[in-house]
Amino acid sequence: MASFQGTKINPDKFHISQLKFYVILILVALFMIMPIVYIFSHALKPIDELFAYPPRFFVQKPTLENFRDLLSNTNATGVPMSRYLFNSIVVTIIVVVFTVLISTMAGFALSKKEFKLKKTLFEINTIALMFVPAAVTIPRYLLIDEIHLLDTFFAHIFPLLAMPVGLFLVKQFIDQIPNELIEAAKMDGANDFQIFIKIIIPLVKPAIATISILAFQAVWNNAETSTLFVNDENLKTFAFYMSTLASDTGGNSVAGQGMLAAASLIMFIPNLIIFIFMQSKVMNTMAHSGIK
Amino acid sequence: MKNKKNQLSTSVFLAPYLILFITFIVVPVVIAIGLSFTYFNTIEMPKFIGLDNYVNILTQDNTFMQFVLPNTLIFSLIVGPGGYILAFLLAWMLAQITKGPRTVLALILYSPSMTAGIATAVVWKIIFSGSETGYLNHFLISSGFINEPIQFLQSPEYLMVIMIIVTLWGSMGVGFLAMLSGVLNINKEIYEAGYIDGIRNRFQEIIYITIPSMKPQMLFGAVMAVVTTFQAGAIGVELSGQNPTPQYAGQLIVNHLEDFGFIRYEMGYAAALSVLLLLFIYAFSRIATKFFAEKD
Repeated sequence: MASFQGTKINPDKFHISQLKFYVILILVALFMIMPIVYIFSHALKPIDELFAYPPRFFVQKPTLENFRDLLSNTNATGVPMSRYLFNSIVVTIIVVVFTVLISTMAGFALSKKEFKLKKTLFEINTIALMFVPAAVTIPRYLLIDEIHLLDTFFAHIFPLLAMPVGLFLVKQFIDQIPNELIEAAKMDGANDFQIFIKIIIPLVKPAIATISILAFQAVWNNAETSTLFVNDENLKTFAFYMSTLASDTGGNSVAGQGMLAAASLIMFIPNLIIFIFMQSKVMNTMAHSGIK
Repeated sequence: MKNKKNQLSTSVFLAPYLILFITFIVVPVVIAIGLSFTYFNTIEMPKFIGLDNYVNILTQDNTFMQFVLPNTLIFSLIVGPGGYILAFLLAWMLAQITKGPRTVLALILYSPSMTAGIATAVVWKIIFSGSETGYLNHFLISSGFINEPIQFLQSPEYLMVIMIIVTLWGSMGVGFLAMLSGVLNINKEIYEAGYIDGIRNRFQEIIYITIPSMKPQMLFGAVMAVVTTFQAGAIGVELSGQNPTPQYAGQLIVNHLEDFGFIRYEMGYAAALSVLLLLFIYAFSRIATKFFAEKD
């Protein structure tokens, strides 16, 4: 096998031939991470450094002042920042939990149950992967108005629960579970709900981790539902609050800059933490994620 | 009896998803199609006007033909395939190194996709800021390339380039992760067989083995690339801080749609634009499917 020199895929140890990949990857990674490092560094800058000339990329005297300002800040209508953060956390938890639940349930039915429209439904869902909410903002608004969800907490929640990509991933993943396992459980007298809870849920944990991350990113970063569907300041979310900070900082408030930087960091950190904890499971799901 | 019970539980499992899916995805699309045949200003009832909106978009709307459509095509043809090829190459290179560093680098490459839209715009806005305190301007001035700061985000000649860079930067999303695990999960024996059959170098290896072995992930990645490309439409408005963007330089269908829908309240017209947008995405995804679908 002397001629067999390629395929160093997933190597066990470092080899000098990998060096070229490291060089390219590290360069690209530096470009990718720079703005992120900047978010961290900027959020910790005291006021004089934020406006220092020449501008500095890294913080010199880190301070938590920006976070304190952000915490004590209330907007024009007197709603404190903590209220927005609270709303975001509540909305996010509800959306993530229910998205996972309903996608897994539907994924189970589409994968393991026999019924007439099974194939068609999955195909429609696959087409819906291409769904761009921005394209139908207006009808969605009319619809949400029609079913009286405007200005309620639910306006943040319901529109985000059906996540085509979530159903798609979880269904592909459940396809990998051998039918024999389910047959065996049936023999032992388990009904569908028991099978779902005792077999499907434990076995699709990687897929669940993946949908949770995707759902989390979708809802945590979402400022649109607040802009469009909710007028009551008390019900708006942190992502929206951040967008107002972003638009105020045109020049009027010096402290605004620092608060905005701190808010960006608060937006980013949960995404990062969740992804770090769940990344191996995500990769596991993606191995089965193909469109066939 | 058993069958009935089976059907009942199937419906119970499917119902929550289906109800929400139909309400918030299918129905809005249907309404959009319906409204696209009407004149609707949100105050009066929609008035049926047939294909007028579409005819107007294609014949009367100079902005659309002159700026929006070319911009959208340029933007999506560079960002879509560009981001896609980049994602594949990076995934492939990551697969060539050991697990520890791979995990760290993959996380870094994915991290921009986790930054929220607004956070992204804020950071890049400061980097490309038009005054001399902008990082890029400061760098260019201090290294002697230019004397006067450049209004990067307000000048038509730069805005599009910056939009493309920023979007590519944030494009290593789900598709990238799918491709990475696709490369990693290819059976090594296939490569051995390939080398016995006369594959000689890495390039041939990629073309004849790697890509065909991970077609499903490649296709998923392609569809996700199309979607993220068209989703990214808002970036021009976020960066320049105005809709329409300066001299329509970064105006994409999404922005045009919001301009008509939420600024001018011409909902029927905006709906027709949204139908065109969905058709675009569908067409591009069909092309992607043609490339990668398994022929069986």
